[in-house]
Amino acid sequence: MGSTVFIVGVGAISSIGNNVAECLTALETEMAGIGDINNLKTIHRNRLPVAEVRLTNEQLAVRAGLPAAISRTALLSMIAAKEAVDDAAIENISSLRTGFISANSVGGMDKSEDFFAEFLADNTKGKLHNVVNHECGAVTELVADKLGIKNYITTISTACSSSANAIFLGARLIKQNKLDVVIAGGTDALTKFTLNGFNTLMILDQQFCKPFDENRKGLNLGEGAGYVVLVSEKVAASLKKTPYCLLSGYANANDAYHQTASSPDGTGSFLAMTGALKKSGLQPSDIDYINLHGTGTQNNDIAEGTAIKRLFADRYPKMSSTKSFTGHTLGACGGLEAVFSALAIKHGIIYPNLRLETPMPELPFVPERKFLKNVAVKNVMSNSFGFGGNCSSLIFSKL
Amino acid sequence: MKTYIRSTGNISPQHSFGHPSFLIEPVKHIGNRLTCIEPDYKGIIDAKLIRRMSRIIKMGVASAMECLQEAGVSVPDAIVTGTAYGCLEDTGVFLTKMVEHNEELLTPTAFIQSTHNTIGAQIALMVQCHNYNNAFVHRGFSFESALLDGMMLLAEREANNVLVGGIDETTNISHSILSRMGLYKREPISNLDLFTTNSKGTIAGEGSAFFLLANESSTNDYAVLDSIHTFYKPATIKETEQQILSFLSAQSIAISDIDLIITGRNGDMKHDQVYTQLQQSIFNKSSLVNYKHLCGEYPTATGFALWLAANIIKTATVPAIISKELANNKLKKALIYNQYQNTHHSLLLVSAC
Repeated sequence: MGSTVFIVGVGAISSIGNNVAECLTALETEMAGIGDINNLKTIHRNRLPVAEVRLTNEQLAVRAGLPAAISRTALLSMIAAKEAVDDAAIENISSLRTGFISANSVGGMDKSEDFFAEFLADNTKGKLHNVVNHECGAVTELVADKLGIKNYITTISTACSSSANAIFLGARLIKQNKLDVVIAGGTDALTKFTLNGFNTLMILDQQFCKPFDENRKGLNLGEGAGYVVLVSEKVAASLKKTPYCLLSGYANANDAYHQTASSPDGTGSFLAMTGALKKSGLQPSDIDYINLHGTGTQNNDIAEGTAIKRLFADRYPKMSSTKSFTGHTLGACGGLEAVFSALAIKHGIIYPNLRLETPMPELPFVPERKFLKNVAVKNVMSNSFGFGGNCSSLIFSKL
Repeated sequence: MKTYIRSTGNISPQHSFGHPSFLIEPVKHIGNRLTCIEPDYKGIIDAKLIRRMSRIIKMGVASAMECLQEAGVSVPDAIVTGTAYGCLEDTGVFLTKMVEHNEELLTPTAFIQSTHNTIGAQIALMVQCHNYNNAFVHRGFSFESALLDGMMLLAEREANNVLVGGIDETTNISHSILSRMGLYKREPISNLDLFTTNSKGTIAGEGSAFFLLANESSTNDYAVLDSIHTFYKPATIKETEQQILSFLSAQSIAISDIDLIITGRNGDMKHDQVYTQLQQSIFNKSSLVNYKHLCGEYPTATGFALWLAANIIKTATVPAIISKELANNKLKKALIYNQYQNTHHSLLLVSAC
């Protein structure tokens, strides 16, 4: 088994930018992507803020090279995955064993919703092309086919930890010498289904979310896609460019506490973080930055914070929730935040946790509030925790 | 290192739950939709939970619990599920209410339970399993991806045993939509006559099959899962043949070493051409049998096929409903070859311990 997996390409699209460079500029200039609903047709427009990608489906389709009539989830996925593949610039990619492992939470639901309104009135009605890509896996295949990837394709859906698990699996397939290159990450578009679902749980903030603030009131949903290109040591050595970083650690654990809520002491988060540290052979004190799951809900932030308090004791790394910029992108967040983590290492930067006014009194640490440059960032931990108790942590390390 | 199938738990349109005699009384269904024979969930799942859970969650959890119980394992080292469609009933309930009530007056239960990882999460919750937990949702590769993940965890020594399951349900809504897509037969047939219909379309199926995979043998193992492979959209039948042959050669065996090939014929004359072509080429000297007359067609039907192969090997019998000629042959090696719409192809090799 090979021992090292390198990240050699990154791609992202979110409410703060249509590519990696735009996202990075927004992070540096502290421009959040949250605002009123423009694209999604819902009664919650002007009531609930969301973090929408600024482009319409028609505009996305042009960039993706795919039909505008397919799911927005696939369009977002294609744009970010293609950017990652182009960024990696692996010349002989067609001769390598390449996989596409993507994650999403509700597949082509944005189109199924349109179908369903007509179908419910009369079950012989509703356009079938709107429901043909309902399955999560269908979204992945639209993109894999466009990218020309055949060797290994799969889709993971573990709610908000989905794309962290996709990256995790990609690394293992490379280590087991089953694949040479894996494009891994996730995608999700805003849908009425998810927006209303989260609304019934009463965990949506009607203002801009305030992760890790004492007065946090919930999350803002977002949309986007984020992918990394993982390669084996052998492939990395054949490239002209320097890899962004290594994927040095990963772990997946289950909170086994409640279908949607986290345990008060963050058992699952703690196990995921300790597992990832063990895998990477690092100590808590080696971590320079944690990209928090930090959704902004009462429950997540106290559970995650309590687990961090227990694990890091008195030596807290810098940390922040970039969901204060991008909103919570569900199946995409682990992918987007992996891209941000890789960039933090490459550029020596730390992202701010926006709108943090009153630190949580239960916690002995305060997330970073300002964008920091010229920081030595050797190891970054990225947390992704989801419904069903699914908790995953990834660790990215400097070469 | 070998992967042993230590135990199984299967809810299907046949009598399979509770380990009854192995397919001695095949269940006949008339129509184009096979529905699972569900057990009495009392005694398996807490009464309060039974009321809240939708059918697929109950089937998933109950078959998983039976699998764990048979293995004598209370908390597995990992739980990995595969489902193409996920929890369709809950998805349909939430969508319907959302449309009917114009996004107002909604309650969270159906939304919460519609998440694709619900079954794996509920199993973890019930047995208090804090270990690795993953959910694959890739159409006709969902169960295969879960199996590969499980086998890799064993190979990596991250786990000594892994609970792996494939689960899909048919609902009135999904059956209605998939019927409009032309997937199913128009005329009512008996499932037991599926392979003599000579018409387009298949019959809808569903099921929940769980397996406890272990990296060490026990006295009660069903079989060894030697290897698994998936391939996607082969361009030609030659490529399909090549994929099958190289899968076998990686296991250092030839087609002649396989005693039984279980294929995924589904009675759709167009869809089944791939199997017919292989029967005339690389499989021309093999014993071929089918299974979808028993469970119907669904994306994780290979879960039923693996249960079938494991039982054929363990009991050293081939049920008459599978093959009358092979009934008393002691089979040592079975290959499951399944393909759906010539897009998702999978190979599972199973051997006697």
